[in-house]
Amino acid sequence: MPDNNSSVPIRSDVDIVSARQKGRELAAECGFEIGDQTVIAAAISEIARNILMYAKRGEIRFRGLADGDRQGMVVVAEDQGPGIRDVSLALQDGFSTSGGLGLGLPGAKRLMDEFEVVSEVGRGTTITMKKWIRRGHA
Amino acid sequence: MEVPILKQGDYLIASIQSALTDADLSQLREALVERVGRFRSRGVIVDVTALDVMDSFAVRTLRDIAHMARLRGAETVIVGIQPEVAFAMVQLGLTLKGIATALDLEEGLNFLNRRGKERVDRA
Repeated sequence: MPDNNSSVPIRSDVDIVSARQKGRELAAECGFEIGDQTVIAAAISEIARNILMYAKRGEIRFRGLADGDRQGMVVVAEDQGPGIRDVSLALQDGFSTSGGLGLGLPGAKRLMDEFEVVSEVGRGTTITMKKWIRRGHA
Repeated sequence: MEVPILKQGDYLIASIQSALTDADLSQLREALVERVGRFRSRGVIVDVTALDVMDSFAVRTLRDIAHMARLRGAETVIVGIQPEVAFAMVQLGLTLKGIATALDLEEGLNFLNRRGKERVDRA
């Protein structure tokens, strides 16, 4: 398992593209098949855009994971933005305060296996999401 | 990166060559809507074969292109959505409801030609 640990600062729409490209590369190195690489890249794209829309700047980090005989990847998105007042509401389908599609967080959550949001109003938001490699059907 | 737009007869063909930023996608939307008028185009094909991810912004922009082009009298077909991209789109809950899609450029052209013929037959 590659132990490389990369991070991408998010400050403009160009960084969204770099984040999802780097994320996809790492997903490939971790052994994810192309379908899951795409799923991970799409999830990174959504949370990166979320940072840009609400916090203006932040950072996305990712690294490979090993848990017993399971392998996967973790993506952490962190910002010092305004925070999310009601996390469970923000995770509901169709919810958006930005006039967007409301797919950002709930969409990313559906794409990943584990999804955790820690947010404090006025302090920022950290989203941790994980995807595990599916076994048993080569 | 700017997306090249080719004019072929009554159609415009935009083939996306690489990953696009949000600004690139918005620029493509403006350019296509403007050119539909300038060239009096009847059809628009957006080839997304090279896109390895479509997120909510990309899908919303493609939907906007199709709706705006229709308001300007042109039919839009999105071609070349890759299988894994389609898979991720469905999981994200993204759809292109009401918008024509085709497997590849050839099928997209066939679709527009059929549409054009129907229009002539009705007239």
